[in-house]
Amino acid sequence: MSRAAILSAILNNQPKQISLPKDLQFDLPAGAAVTEKFIQMVNLIGGRVVEIQRVEDINLYASEHFGAGERLVTPIEELDFYTPFTGEELPHQFVNTEFAVFETHFAVAENGAVWITEDRMGARVLPFICQHLGMLVSEENIVSNMHEAYNWIGNADYGFGTFIAGPSKTADIEQSLVLGAHGARSMTIFLLKNTF
Amino acid sequence: MSSSIKHPALSDIFNKDEARVNWHDDTLWWIRAKRDKVAHGISEWEILRETASQIKNNVLSNLHDYLMVFEANAQTNGIKVHWAANAEEHNKIVLSLLQSKGINQMVKSKSMLTEECHLNEYLERNGVDVIDSDLGERIVQLAKEPPSHIVLPCIHKKKGEIGQIFHEHLGTEAGVSDPQILTETARIHLRETFLTRRSALTGVNFAIAETGEFVVCTNEGNADMGAHLAEIHIASMGIEKLIPKKKHLSVFLRLLTRSATGQPITTYSSHFKKPRKGQEMHVILVDNGRSVQLGREDFRNSLKCIRCGACMNTCPVYRRSGGHSYHYAIAGPIGAILAPNLNMKEYSDLPFASTLCGSCTNVCPVKIDIHDQLYKWRQVIVKGGYTSTAKTVAMKVMEFTLSSSTRFKLAGKIGRWTLKNAPFTVNNQLNLWFKNREMPEAPKESFSEWYKKNNK
Repeated sequence: MSRAAILSAILNNQPKQISLPKDLQFDLPAGAAVTEKFIQMVNLIGGRVVEIQRVEDINLYASEHFGAGERLVTPIEELDFYTPFTGEELPHQFVNTEFAVFETHFAVAENGAVWITEDRMGARVLPFICQHLGMLVSEENIVSNMHEAYNWIGNADYGFGTFIAGPSKTADIEQSLVLGAHGARSMTIFLLKNTF
Repeated sequence: MSSSIKHPALSDIFNKDEARVNWHDDTLWWIRAKRDKVAHGISEWEILRETASQIKNNVLSNLHDYLMVFEANAQTNGIKVHWAANAEEHNKIVLSLLQSKGINQMVKSKSMLTEECHLNEYLERNGVDVIDSDLGERIVQLAKEPPSHIVLPCIHKKKGEIGQIFHEHLGTEAGVSDPQILTETARIHLRETFLTRRSALTGVNFAIAETGEFVVCTNEGNADMGAHLAEIHIASMGIEKLIPKKKHLSVFLRLLTRSATGQPITTYSSHFKKPRKGQEMHVILVDNGRSVQLGREDFRNSLKCIRCGACMNTCPVYRRSGGHSYHYAIAGPIGAILAPNLNMKEYSDLPFASTLCGSCTNVCPVKIDIHDQLYKWRQVIVKGGYTSTAKTVAMKVMEFTLSSSTRFKLAGKIGRWTLKNAPFTVNNQLNLWFKNREMPEAPKESFSEWYKKNNK
């Protein structure tokens, strides 16, 4: 009932057609400058960058930073703590995850964000509920800005996708920045260097 | 809040503590300065603002079709779409969704729309317990206050006061006010909430017609924690939150947080397209006066707002009167042009709570002509007879005086004579212009008299 009434009121009241602006395109930096900007932004938003040569290098990082009793989770098959997912898991069961690592699609230099979709998360809640978050980024997959980012995403289908930029944070108490609000307390970017 | 207490009186309450006013003013100006720094760091900033403005103009001119396209695409994605003409319908839809699953506890992330609809009060009256999960919102919820800012809900509170609230409600030690410790306490308390709530309600920052998905932006991760753990996710959105295509998000996500807090992007910009396996996902499209505002040519582009809060941070009146002085869910300049559309009598004071300096218009990322609309609302409100008697009488006297040059000259003479010979008649609390000001020394002659003498 309300649907028809709302739509008819809108049709009556909306102004005459105004066309969309043209898409924005800017001259963009490339190569090392993009990587440098990305690293700078990740540091600025409270994350950190660890450069690696091979995906397996993340194993060493994990063993140095986390104890044997702590729960490490990753859908990345190359890693020692690879965790198979069936898609039937109750999301609540990941509550005690200390460290989780995911492979991103790409990263964005202008704001330090990475783009990841559900198929690479194991479970939707995992990048949020883990205490510490790791994100694998290949150096050749860093774009300059958000316009390039959405060009990259294009018409890709997903159930859920998210840009994540740094650890969860709040400044709600007197504007004092505190890392670790409800999501991850830290975010480490594992930057897989170009080998060519 | 009571409709009888208006902005000037509520500002007086806030202004009793001068040190606090100065602190509030400085804090918000600091955020404005951070916004300037990042905005100036982007050479195409003005192009982005103009583009965002044009996209939103297109949205408003096609809203009917975009809503239908969004609905169809969202349904294809497995999202259930509901329509609510007003706050009451919205609240009933939420309640019936919860009742259909036998749920009486809900966790909610930030949604100004639900503040506008007074959803929490409604649900509580109907036996549903609601916990706000954004830290700032949780703090004001525990304090039984509304948020005072759309992005920074407890910007009016000192950490000592927050520590006291946490001591009373969350069991921290008395006297603890360290933000790190308080945030950690809230993290533990709210993790428990997220894990035990079967339903989560989130707001919507942007909904995309082309794909039927919606985007929710947070820094804390609370919207995601709630939504991904709940078996039912309800997303409430005003009908003006639509954008045509996914690629347009690039423009808005570049502008939103830089304008809001000076960050390059929020920590999480989550794109919800399909419910997860076994989950229900609902979107409620809410009108609540928006279709009426769309028909007001002078005011329709207030619907372009993306709720960044930049206009509040920069407003000299907001910074010194506090968010609660606006007695509406959305404070500051943007609230002052949105509220009268809903209830012109109740919010007749708000368009006058401005110096018309134009700073709000200058920082608005979607180029809403906020200060022009404030001015235009004043005309509408006065013509409609919604101003207070004192203001109406003062305006009538002003009109009488200014409409005749003889009366104007005479009034000037009387004014100068009074300031010189009988200052006590104006230097008292009955004269609103004397509050916080010294009256000026009277000039010997008017400008016209001086001009006649000197321009021979």
